[in-house]
Amino acid sequence: MSSNLATESTVAGAIGQSPKRIEDDRFIRGKGNYVDDVQLPGMLFMAIYRSPFAHATINSIDCSRALAMPGVLACITGKDLEAHKLAWMPTLAGDTQAVLATDKVRFQGQEVVAIIAKSQAQAVDAIEGIDVDYDPLPVVVDPKRALEADAPVIRSDLEGKTDNHIFTWESGDADATDRAFRDADIVISLDTLYPRIHPAPMETCGCVSDYNKATGKMTVHLTSQAPHAHRTLFALVAGLPEHKIRIISPDVGGGFGNKVPIYPGYVVATAASLLIGKPVKWIESRSENLISTGFARDYHMSGELAATKDGKMLGLRANVLADHGAFNAQAAPTKWPAGFFNIATGSYDLPAAYCKVEGVYTNKAPGGVAYRCSFRVTEAAYLIERLVDNLAHKTGIDAAELRKLNFIQPEQFPYRSPMGWEYDSGDYDKAMDIALELVEYKALRKEQAEKRERGEVMGIGFSSFTEIVGAGMSKICDIAGLAMIDSAELRIHPTGKGVLKLGVQSQGQGHETTFAQIVASELGIPSTDIVVEHGDTDHTPYGLGTYASRSTPTGGAATAIVARKLREKGRQIAAHMLECAPDDLEFDSGTFSVKGSPDRTKTIQECIFKAYQPELPEGMENGFEDVTYYDAPEMTYPFGTYICVVDVDKGTGEVKVRKFVAVDDCGTRINPMIVDGQIHGGLTQGFGTAMMELISFDEDGNCFGSNFMDYLIPTAVESPHWTLGECTTPSPHHPIGAKGIGESPTVGSPQAFVNAVVDALTPFGITNIDMPLSSHKVWKALRDAGVSDD
Amino acid sequence: MIPSSFEYVAPTSVEEAVKALVAGDGDAKVISGGQSLLPMMKLRLASPGTLVDINGIAGLDTLEEADGMLRIGALVRHGDLERSALIAERYPIILDAAQHIADPLIRNRGTFCGSVAHGDPAGDWATVAATLDAQLHAVGPKGAVTHSARDFQTSMFETQLGTDQILVEARIPCPKPGQGSAYLKIERKVGDYAAAAVGVMVVLAGDTITEASIGLTNVGPLTIHASAAAASLIGKSIGDAAALEEAGRLAMEASDPASDLRGPADYKKDLVRVLTKRALRKAGARAQGQEA
Repeated sequence: MSSNLATESTVAGAIGQSPKRIEDDRFIRGKGNYVDDVQLPGMLFMAIYRSPFAHATINSIDCSRALAMPGVLACITGKDLEAHKLAWMPTLAGDTQAVLATDKVRFQGQEVVAIIAKSQAQAVDAIEGIDVDYDPLPVVVDPKRALEADAPVIRSDLEGKTDNHIFTWESGDADATDRAFRDADIVISLDTLYPRIHPAPMETCGCVSDYNKATGKMTVHLTSQAPHAHRTLFALVAGLPEHKIRIISPDVGGGFGNKVPIYPGYVVATAASLLIGKPVKWIESRSENLISTGFARDYHMSGELAATKDGKMLGLRANVLADHGAFNAQAAPTKWPAGFFNIATGSYDLPAAYCKVEGVYTNKAPGGVAYRCSFRVTEAAYLIERLVDNLAHKTGIDAAELRKLNFIQPEQFPYRSPMGWEYDSGDYDKAMDIALELVEYKALRKEQAEKRERGEVMGIGFSSFTEIVGAGMSKICDIAGLAMIDSAELRIHPTGKGVLKLGVQSQGQGHETTFAQIVASELGIPSTDIVVEHGDTDHTPYGLGTYASRSTPTGGAATAIVARKLREKGRQIAAHMLECAPDDLEFDSGTFSVKGSPDRTKTIQECIFKAYQPELPEGMENGFEDVTYYDAPEMTYPFGTYICVVDVDKGTGEVKVRKFVAVDDCGTRINPMIVDGQIHGGLTQGFGTAMMELISFDEDGNCFGSNFMDYLIPTAVESPHWTLGECTTPSPHHPIGAKGIGESPTVGSPQAFVNAVVDALTPFGITNIDMPLSSHKVWKALRDAGVSDD
Repeated sequence: MIPSSFEYVAPTSVEEAVKALVAGDGDAKVISGGQSLLPMMKLRLASPGTLVDINGIAGLDTLEEADGMLRIGALVRHGDLERSALIAERYPIILDAAQHIADPLIRNRGTFCGSVAHGDPAGDWATVAATLDAQLHAVGPKGAVTHSARDFQTSMFETQLGTDQILVEARIPCPKPGQGSAYLKIERKVGDYAAAAVGVMVVLAGDTITEASIGLTNVGPLTIHASAAAASLIGKSIGDAAALEEAGRLAMEASDPASDLRGPADYKKDLVRVLTKRALRKAGARAQGQEA
């Protein structure tokens, strides 16, 4: 356990124990409460008519057939919203996005008309009654085409806009990097696409907007990862007074970054409730979720790695073309148009690095959300780890040895990376060694050599990633001007049982269990005596929400600190009751005892009860509660080594993942069982990314990923078995030494699968296959290399 | 994901069900497992006016051998075939296919006959039925009619089954001495349709192939019975690698796949070649009792 912990508690449910998840009781009994479970008296339903074209001028919209259909009460168009200045809304990235299209449609699936009806079925039926007259326009699907001088301008709404360029962002020292490349014996180059994928949470997006005409209060039940930030954005977008907006995020069925943005449906449903004065429910279908809500990745990356012939890495250069779709709706801290892509030097002590990212508009759905990712660290980690494995193949140095030769060493922390990040702590060799042992590396390489002799195809792939999580750091991170802090409010009732209220928002992470465990450790009361509440902006302190693995680094830190504040209050009370100085007391697992007199004790529960009684210490107020807002001093940097072993079928191109070892270091583990579960889930998503997931389009911008028959995600049946190992290097600046785990496996794993397949195919001269590694792509690479099926 | 509105009837006899189909006047659909029909309705690719649910009709769940034929009733689920001792012992191609159709949840609902009647070239059972030369027994207003599985499908999602007919039973000849069979399928993930799949049946006398049949799934607009490929094998040894390669090549020539998300056409054609060879080896080994 972390040395940062003030107390290594033996209290039930303390940090390091694995109590079962409190919230699962209601989930597995079907007693969860999701947005679609919300039923209000007089509630109406909304459905959205979406554009069949990727790019077309709207000549006219005729809703008369729909309005004549049973149960239909209203059809809302962009023109209707214009009257209320709501036809366009700001995005998190500082762009504007159409709520309902007015001038033209810019991607297939764009919102054009909202239908309000008495039942959901009637609203959906009426979609067929909307008649829109379009003039199709030339479509831009390829981001390279988007930058050509004669490309159609997608954002003609932006004044003076004559191209499809959004931003250019640079980081690092270009000159120093050029010098490093001049001095290099070897330069490895890789052009690769991290394809467009979707977070695809189990629960789609939706809301119930409920405007109370009498009180003027707007209550929005919302599938939100960031209810407080969304409340402020609602105030800014809709012009509603913020104290009369209440966002309730009930149980959220997965988010993975998909539920960070504000979507047009929320705005229209809220406007409709405001105008009609009745609750309006809007629940996306699966197809709508997949084709229109925030996608992830879509980075066209050109990377170069400079090294000496004996494998010492000298420099990294990366040029990226980022496809943001029709509106720049990337979700990242405001000042970071390419997120934290400049973490791309990863786990390696690279003297020089430079990256440049250009963002462009295309006729595709808007997004660029951080799918289980801290803002483009996934793309960055993929690029460096792919380059490193290719360097190993080029130099003939073993992929594990090559990494060890270049790892940042433990004594170098805090480590300043060439593109400006300060890594908190790490022991990369240790994680690698544990992984090598778990996977039985030497035996595997021997087997691989023997198999190659027999013409069989087997590969071993590595990923030794470093993460950057916990945004974090208000000095550099804000969203729409809001500092990326987070909060915890702890109130213990007289009998020693209490409520912890959080600014972060669980979507399945297990906060109700793990945050109570932090309190258990810090305050010495059993975790089951603490109820954790989140997701209701009227009843929880302000916070920026849960994404980017930030809950434990920020909200977890706030929880530890607020519990420590109350522990100190308890100490004052205990000293008062024991008639000693507070400094003469020791605290262990919920009991204060006088140093040297272990029989003179007061339990924390006795102190809490006393806090609600008369005769407190001079000047002390009654009650046992406090609140903390935590602004992280630095990010945290989880890391790990993953090793993947694959067998490839030369006849069919099928890849079988035979073994996958994941050694994660996320600092202190609050609930090891939940950490393992997070890793299992993330590895499965990484497996999906590497092997099957893809949102693809034809040249007319038709989207080929509108349901789970076409957009593939892995199930338990085809997912590999995961072998987990563990390593613990606490964060020196986090109150309990925790770093965050949610996204490590999605960030770290895709390149391990790809590296394994490329390692398998190296004897045939194959150096890259872009994800997803569909059988047909592997087959083509084999056949192009002249490999037959026998 | 909400279907258009429709009428629903649940008859308790085949006669009543046929009457409901007749009353539907071409706009009624039989539903048994619903695992293909309901997703199409939810995506509004299909909007039948009436659903005729045959799940309440007694006697349609027959799964037995009688008079030299294996009888598979209209309500026999994929999972029934997957779990049947008779199938495991005598019909390895059916077990192979049953284990790779969709996922376990769908296999508990979807039916063999429903899949064949759906007329989808991606359906695994239509290929198995063609490979094993099944007879398909239907009942309509004019009485019973029997179709051959090998020319049952007429175009994509169209079969010889009239809109007023119900496919009540498939009948498959019982295996001969020396018979072996296999079904091999490449899918992108569990639950996906085949990128390509091949069903094979051979009858061996010693090592010599005396009868052969090859069926192909999802590599053309129709379920394909690759008769030339099968014919090329007659009189050849099951251990003759060149003969198997040639059969694979001919099967590939019989295929006519389209490029799509499951891969380009040349990939699917090559899969047919590779899978045909592998399925023949597997069926041969089974015929000789060397492999389950």
